[in-house]
Amino acid sequence: MLADQDRIFTNLYGTESFSLDAARSRGDWDNTKDIIAKGPDWIIEEMKKSGLRGRGGAGFPTGMKWSFMPKESPDGRPSYLVINADESEPGTCKDRDILRNDPHKLIEGALIASFAMRAHRCYIYVRGEFFNEASNLNKAIKEAYDAGLLGKNACGSGWDFDLVLHRGAGAYICGEETALIESLEGNKGQPRNKPPFPAMAGLYSCPTTVNNVETIAVVPTILRRGGAWFAGIGPNDKNTGTKLFCISGHVNQPCNVEEAMGIPMKELIEKHCGGVRGGWDNLLCVIPGGSSTPLLTKEACDTVLMDFDSLKALGTGLGTAGLIVMDKSTDVIESIARLAHFYKHESCGQCTPCREGTGWLWRIMTRMVKGDATIEEIDTLQELTKEIEGHTICALGDAAAWPIQCLIKNFRPVLEQRINDYRRKAAA
Amino acid sequence: MKKPFDLNAPYQPATFAFPDKDVVTEIISRYPEGKQQSAVMPLLDLAQRLMGETGATSNPVFGGWIPRAAMDTIAETLGMPKTKVYEVATFYSMYNLAPVGKFLVQVCATSPCWLCGSDKIRKACESKLGIHAGETTKDGMFTLVEVECLGACVNAPMAQINDDFYEDLTEARTIEIIDALASGKQVPAGPQNGRTGSMALSGATTLTDRVKA
Repeated sequence: MLADQDRIFTNLYGTESFSLDAARSRGDWDNTKDIIAKGPDWIIEEMKKSGLRGRGGAGFPTGMKWSFMPKESPDGRPSYLVINADESEPGTCKDRDILRNDPHKLIEGALIASFAMRAHRCYIYVRGEFFNEASNLNKAIKEAYDAGLLGKNACGSGWDFDLVLHRGAGAYICGEETALIESLEGNKGQPRNKPPFPAMAGLYSCPTTVNNVETIAVVPTILRRGGAWFAGIGPNDKNTGTKLFCISGHVNQPCNVEEAMGIPMKELIEKHCGGVRGGWDNLLCVIPGGSSTPLLTKEACDTVLMDFDSLKALGTGLGTAGLIVMDKSTDVIESIARLAHFYKHESCGQCTPCREGTGWLWRIMTRMVKGDATIEEIDTLQELTKEIEGHTICALGDAAAWPIQCLIKNFRPVLEQRINDYRRKAAA
Repeated sequence: MKKPFDLNAPYQPATFAFPDKDVVTEIISRYPEGKQQSAVMPLLDLAQRLMGETGATSNPVFGGWIPRAAMDTIAETLGMPKTKVYEVATFYSMYNLAPVGKFLVQVCATSPCWLCGSDKIRKACESKLGIHAGETTKDGMFTLVEVECLGACVNAPMAQINDDFYEDLTEARTIEIIDALASGKQVPAGPQNGRTGSMALSGATTLTDRVKA
């Protein structure tokens, strides 16, 4: 278990104030000027040493991502940092706690990260439903401006820096970085083709890096304690540091918790959540990293470590580290059908395979819940997911396909039995 | 996303103006010069909130929504084609393009909430209010909708009412909240079972020297 002195988010539960004074007492904004004085190259090098991988789902190395940004602007285009706080992945509610309870970690991180990427301006895109969270963040931003930590010569660093909060309006797809940029520009949030990548042409066609809230919020602590400290936590040098986990569903005590990367899933659930409802043997399956990651059956959950590569090796992913736990009382077909409805609802409508396909997936899944289908339709369903997967601009199509593929792979007998039962009843 | 959107409906007011021009100017100033289109989302939100303020004291009451006239005003203010504003307004689920109830009750129904009994919460709302999801009560007080993940999964089941999240709901507590709101009382948002934020119900398992449950 992670030692308390190695926890970054010491106000995760909001037991203390989120104000600047309270944040300072927790160590935020301590010698920020000195960190900046070490220069962009030192900051990026230290981030690389830390082994930090993006906390939004994809797990791309943060230091490397930052190094893609141009060091100079030959054509006068400014650079931007955009922070993705459009947290909408089912099972995930970690960024919400940072926004409402520890906003100064995010603001300080935004300044340092922007400086490292030569950006004078950063936009934070907060999902629209997080109104109270955004208003806490807004108050914290105002405090930081009033204290000279933001604005001209931010923090006495000699760097001019503006931080702007932008609220979304209810669209899951805006969590995709190019859709988020489109939305920020005042358009429908529909993903762009890549290339060009945002580091070349992102917001307003300027060099842009989009990072997740948690990624940016851990930056000041990493730089204060050293990349080596962060890299020393976790199972290996590719999976480092601390991580916020959200455990929802059929556990005795659902909660958010900061733990070491690579903690065994069973330990995470038993230590922090009071175990699975009805005991570990009552576990059916777990979606390990938000709804877009394929589920793991109990057998895999017994031993799996919660890190990027351990989960990838099992054909799933750490994603956002939002675990959705299902016990044996769960109708696993209906559970996945709900996700199918989610993806149908959230498809932006740009690519035909996703726009039409997610609707078909949901309609077939709705019949599968009742068993009102034929055995052959299970294969049709599988084929349909393959028509969507990989044939769309963004990963929403894949994310819609995977839970259903995984259901068929792991629970085909359940699907077949449901169909047979329905037919038997209909015949009688 | 399909949304009710009738530009010529009888409830559409003829005109709309932002009462405070400075607020509009400040919003536009958040974005670089020439990029004022970025202000379309905050202005749509502002228009909806202003309509909500009007609706709170109208008879019958109604909640925040965005009339066609407001979208046209925004298009003119930002130098955008009107259709472009309609396009943005119809894309995002939080913009109401027809009048809604004073209290917009959004019950989350995505898997994490569903696993914890969101269907029961929705049914409790339906039977209490005498409407189905997607409908508004006759007195204009409540609109009930079932929505996708609201991002408070460890506090499931939950519902958003206007700007506030009501978490860790039971059927009985949901009905109490509706009763209280209907009689003009304030109900503290957040977990309804006494827990602190996203902390485990029985208390923190970490930072126990700092964190008191």
